[in-house]
Amino acid sequence: MADGSSSVIVGIGQTEFSKNSGRSELQLACEAIRAALDDCGLAPADVDGMTTFTLDSSDDVDIVRSLGIENLRFSSRVPHGGGGSTGTLAHAMAAVDSGLAEVVVCWRAMNERSEARFGTAQLSDAGHARGSGTGFIEWSVPFGAVTPAAWTAIGAQRYMHVYGATNEDFGRVAVTLRKAAATNPAAFFYQRPLSLEEHQASRWIAEPVFRLFDCCQESDGGVAFVVTSRERARDCRMPGARILHATQAVPFDTEVVTNFYHADLTRFDSGIACAAELYGRTGLGPEDIQVAMLYDHFSMAVFWHLEAFGFCGPGEAPDFIREGHCELDGRLPLSPNGGLIGEAYIHGMNNITEAVRQIRGTAANPIDSVDHVLVSSGMSGAILGRL
Amino acid sequence: MRPGLQPSRDSAFFWQGLRDEKLLCQSCDHCGRLRHPPRPMCPDCGALQWSARPLSGRGRVHAWIKPVHPLLPMFEEGFLVALVELDEGIRLLSNLCEISAADVRNEMPVEVFFIEVDAEGAKVHQFRPIGELGHG
Ligand SMILES: [Zn+2]
Repeated sequence: MADGSSSVIVGIGQTEFSKNSGRSELQLACEAIRAALDDCGLAPADVDGMTTFTLDSSDDVDIVRSLGIENLRFSSRVPHGGGGSTGTLAHAMAAVDSGLAEVVVCWRAMNERSEARFGTAQLSDAGHARGSGTGFIEWSVPFGAVTPAAWTAIGAQRYMHVYGATNEDFGRVAVTLRKAAATNPAAFFYQRPLSLEEHQASRWIAEPVFRLFDCCQESDGGVAFVVTSRERARDCRMPGARILHATQAVPFDTEVVTNFYHADLTRFDSGIACAAELYGRTGLGPEDIQVAMLYDHFSMAVFWHLEAFGFCGPGEAPDFIREGHCELDGRLPLSPNGGLIGEAYIHGMNNITEAVRQIRGTAANPIDSVDHVLVSSGMSGAILGRL
Repeated sequence: MRPGLQPSRDSAFFWQGLRDEKLLCQSCDHCGRLRHPPRPMCPDCGALQWSARPLSGRGRVHAWIKPVHPLLPMFEEGFLVALVELDEGIRLLSNLCEISAADVRNEMPVEVFFIEVDAEGAKVHQFRPIGELGHG
């Protein structure tokens, strides 16, 4: 087993999660980054590296100018939308481990509900820069598959056909996440759990696969975290979460959301690649993970992640959920913040900050004896642990 | 009018083929590998030379959905989206027509047809069942 990375997440920050923030995405970014720096006791002048999404609207130069950062030595962006969210950790880790930078801030800030909604029809690639993984428009949109729900539902329908899974099986994922969110005061669905009956009564978005409550939220908000070296982490205000390893994955014939071309659509090709890399680099396996933060843009995606990371076998995820293993008191608690379905949709980044809280023991729904947290967003993933 | 018709330099031949009611894919001139969506280089042998090869237009429904929300006024109500796996092993997204959602089965055999989608003669490929439920 390799020693792994010596990078540590030392600070986390966020704005409130809402449906209308009432301010610019740049302001949300600045507030979240400032909160993350305050959390660990570092100052803007300490920051010398920065990474965000290719899809984020805020430019590094404006963040630098707003926060009063003196000089960046490293600036990068990760592709693949929310699937790439954990890739920010991989970039930050690479920069810190290699010495390209010493203190890297990662952020995502968006008015995804009040400005550009992902759940509305995307009829052209206007607004999407090429290079963000949006070449799919050409092969999907002319046929009326114009939303992430439609694109994801196609692969999910294949899973239903092969394994006999039902929309009710998907519903149990949403119910599990909403139950966790109900006791997380930061969650949009705080104190608002969902019953399976309510799920089954919600309207179809893409029949016979996803109903309304299978879809994650659309949210406004910002999330940021600060990555630095183990040495530097010793002087920080709060305990850090060590990045045992973080990786991105682009297997052959994969696509970002229109993932229709790889051999077996019931298997999560990029998740499988992430699992091999993370387990291989850390020497850990599924039995070593106490909390799983799994990217739940749609309920069913949790099945793909569970099977890709070997928490259960192919086709067994519906039973794994039904048997309660992903409850807060189960063998593998799933996204105790409520995930993107229950807490908020900050493009996966709020699942990374929750992973840090679980390591620190400061989460709203703390899980006992957490040594390792898996964060999997699909085309990227990480295992975090104690210092 | 269909949204999103945005041929790229690498895919222009495909959309031109549709205008002539031909469903085409790239075939590597060096090793014969077929590929879709179009891309400039063969992933098996690295060759840049390829030819546009007509496909049978016959295949099976690999996966399908009925998009319900958001409403798309340019599509018929109840329209279906299908991922079709052609006999040649190529998958492509399209619409499944002349059948209602309740009757669709994965792996059901389908065949291609073409419809005009704008005044300039642009066409798209569509599929319908063959055999018992269809007209084949
Ligand atoms: Zn070739």
